[in-house]
Amino acid sequence: MLSSDRASDAIVIGGGTNGLACATRLAQSGRKVTLLESADHIGGGAVTTEFAPGYRVSGLAHILHMLDPRVARGMALDKHGLTLIASNLSTTLLGNDPLVMTGQRVSGLSSTDQQAWDALSTKLTRFANALAPFRQMTPPRPARGVGNDLAKLARLGLNLRRMGQTDFREFLRMILINVADVLEDDLTDDRLMGLLAFDTMLGAWLGPRSPNSLILLLNRLSGGALTLPRGGMGAVADAMAQSAQAAGVNIRTNANVARIEITTDRATGVALTNGETLTAGLIVSAINPRTTFENLVGPRGFDTGLLRQSRNIRSRGGAAKLHLALTGTPDFRGADLKSRLVIAPSVNAVENAFNPVKYNEVPAHPVMEIILPSAHEPGMAPQGHHSLSAVVQFAPHAPADPDRARSTMLANILTTLEDHAPGIGALIARSELLMPYDIAARYGMQGGNWHHGELAVEQMLFLRPFAGVSQYETPLPGLWLAGAGAHPGGGISGASGWNAAERIIKVQP
Amino acid sequence: MTDTRLHYRKPLLETPFHPRIAAANRLSEWGAWAGYVSALAFGDTEMEYTAIRNGASVYDLCPMVKYRITGPDAAAYLDRLTVRNVGKMAVDSVHYTVWCDDDGKVMDDGTLFRFGPENFLICCQERHLPWLLDCTWGFDVTVTEVTPDIAALSLQGPCTASVLTAAGFDVNALKPFRIAHFPFENGTLHISRTGFTGDLGYELWCDPTDALPLWDHLMQSGAPWGIRPIGTQALDLARIEAGFIITNMDFIPAEQALREDRVRSPFELGLDWLIDWGKSHFNGRRALMAERAKGSEWALVGLDIEGNISTEGSLIYHGKQREVGHITAATWSPTTKRNIAIAQLRRPYHDKKNKDLWVEVYALRELQYVKLMLKARVVPRPFYAPTRRRTTPPGVT
Repeated sequence: MLSSDRASDAIVIGGGTNGLACATRLAQSGRKVTLLESADHIGGGAVTTEFAPGYRVSGLAHILHMLDPRVARGMALDKHGLTLIASNLSTTLLGNDPLVMTGQRVSGLSSTDQQAWDALSTKLTRFANALAPFRQMTPPRPARGVGNDLAKLARLGLNLRRMGQTDFREFLRMILINVADVLEDDLTDDRLMGLLAFDTMLGAWLGPRSPNSLILLLNRLSGGALTLPRGGMGAVADAMAQSAQAAGVNIRTNANVARIEITTDRATGVALTNGETLTAGLIVSAINPRTTFENLVGPRGFDTGLLRQSRNIRSRGGAAKLHLALTGTPDFRGADLKSRLVIAPSVNAVENAFNPVKYNEVPAHPVMEIILPSAHEPGMAPQGHHSLSAVVQFAPHAPADPDRARSTMLANILTTLEDHAPGIGALIARSELLMPYDIAARYGMQGGNWHHGELAVEQMLFLRPFAGVSQYETPLPGLWLAGAGAHPGGGISGASGWNAAERIIKVQP
Repeated sequence: MTDTRLHYRKPLLETPFHPRIAAANRLSEWGAWAGYVSALAFGDTEMEYTAIRNGASVYDLCPMVKYRITGPDAAAYLDRLTVRNVGKMAVDSVHYTVWCDDDGKVMDDGTLFRFGPENFLICCQERHLPWLLDCTWGFDVTVTEVTPDIAALSLQGPCTASVLTAAGFDVNALKPFRIAHFPFENGTLHISRTGFTGDLGYELWCDPTDALPLWDHLMQSGAPWGIRPIGTQALDLARIEAGFIITNMDFIPAEQALREDRVRSPFELGLDWLIDWGKSHFNGRRALMAERAKGSEWALVGLDIEGNISTEGSLIYHGKQREVGHITAATWSPTTKRNIAIAQLRRPYHDKKNKDLWVEVYALRELQYVKLMLKARVVPRPFYAPTRRRTTPPGVT
């Protein structure tokens, strides 16, 4: 058995954005940090892939809009090569009468709906802003003596109250209801409602009429503008890796952790699949919480009750990822190819796409969000060609026949695409469709869920990933969580990793 | 023939010994035990108790919940499940143990039998299959509930070794907490030197089809020693004298407790001596370590109370004023001639401040309650422990 000669203070498992953010922040606090990534490149879900010769796309997440400002600033990502190719992406809702939305501004609405949307958007933004600070802190736990930041909580509580009585009452009325009800209460335009419903559901295993779905829209609104990094999402990971290395983090790829070593009831290191062992006083897992609890530790270090909770983390992926290599320029009936193209004609269209997925079946008319990276910068596709990247909702996460479900899903997607971009089928040189189970296999996301555990009210804040371990510390001394499975969840944000590092620094200065 | 949907027509099952027990139960005093109908008394509880302490008694143990644990990781699994060291158990041995939840609170106690390197049997009071199955994650092990597949009798009393020898089962060399095997009828009779009376005694385990022949054989062989079936009431007298606790009588199992202050740790039940701190990780270990460092809130003690009025369910006061605990089991002890009880006391009233304890008893005297304040002394358990329970070969003194 090999043993590393260079002992670290901390080992961070997983080189996704959260692992990179956490490792960097820990290194900035003076710790000697080793980051272990099982793949041959860092980034996790932040990756640019060449899915066909000459055709490149962001391999999973393809829009950057949740990047935590603390991470961007603290890691000086701009200094480490991160630039944006599009800083405020417009959205075109495809259809007979397209709708264009930039930020919260929508063109093409009736004056009644325009007014209603302005009012609703203002209200929702206010709610989202009141909740946003919670993303940037260790979740408070409803218990005594757990190190809640009472001063900060008091400030945030005051913020909520500062909305005034009417708005606060509205906030309480709306916070747990479904997004479809909210939209239908205030708006009449099916297109706008369809677009908002779709945006709410991105990455979720919920429909617009599922209880508690509005909070996902608020979460989205707490993010920033829709942007595209130059070079695809892999560029975000590259910048983060550079920043990490500049801070002194030792990044190792092809380092697959087989298990966490436990000595006298303390996590003291990791064993790699190649037989090598590394020791450190602090082990931080920025990979899936279920994998961490059940596979890397298991009953050697955790009690049955905890493993029971871990196994009950709901983690169904509802989104598929489509990549098309196009030999020409598709025509979405004249829509701006530099905008985000959305197919989601109405609230019910989104709901109907979700319904079959409940029964692990494939929707006949999937709804989707399309980006053409090649429309923004050269190098993403051969000259005159295009690469297309789409997030397609909803896809079954555990169908009886995975291969058949994939091919049915692809056929249904292409039929839908053909409706909106006649002739696109003839341009397809190569297609790749990642179903949730493919995403699970490729990116280690249980169930193919982007958030490493569904983002839903019952798995948020002090319930994320589950009660008792929401403050990043696990019951196994020396082992911490820092991945998207912990608060506040996924998206290319780095917030979970940064929060975890801040917590560790606070508890173990 | 048997439509399981019609189970409600007969809510309680009958044990394999039921035909004999029903015939012997002159009082028709029945109770429900873990889904089975069980005799509370046959004819005279005092005589049944006397058989336990002076002759030979037979008690139907079939309703006791039983789980079979088999597989290459069976011992490792049980070491993770329970607090005691299972790796140290010899084949054909038995030990008493408890298991805890993540918070270190006791879920149940029971006896663990090792029949082979990879073959164990848990006997306990409550049902735990979901928990036991969830504990299998990460272990190559199979857990099966076998309650209806094993017929069990408890044979207790100073003359039981003689009864068994007369029946053709020579148990004279069998030490406490050991198991012996004998051919019987078409199968094997397993005899363990275990029991719940604190006296010399054995527990007999066989296939349900051999149950009635076993009963008849024992009754015939034991007749010279006055062998008689006993009910739960007589057993309860004996077990209180022996200082044994019963789940859901002396403590609430953690899984069933609704009030968060009702659960108890091994420290609080006087069972921390079972814990093997040196073995590999087990459920509740971290919580128990923390409790060991910080101290516990409750203690389980034996009490000797003045007078002869049984104090079941009574509250306990310090200085006749401050409520500090309650009685979970109590009886006038016929053998020790003492008024004894098992009680839960808030610490430190179990030792440092135990000099001024009083039990508040409402005694029913001809349909009228009389309130008594009786002085109580904390005394060691067991209240009664004859040397014959341990001696090998078993004596009769």
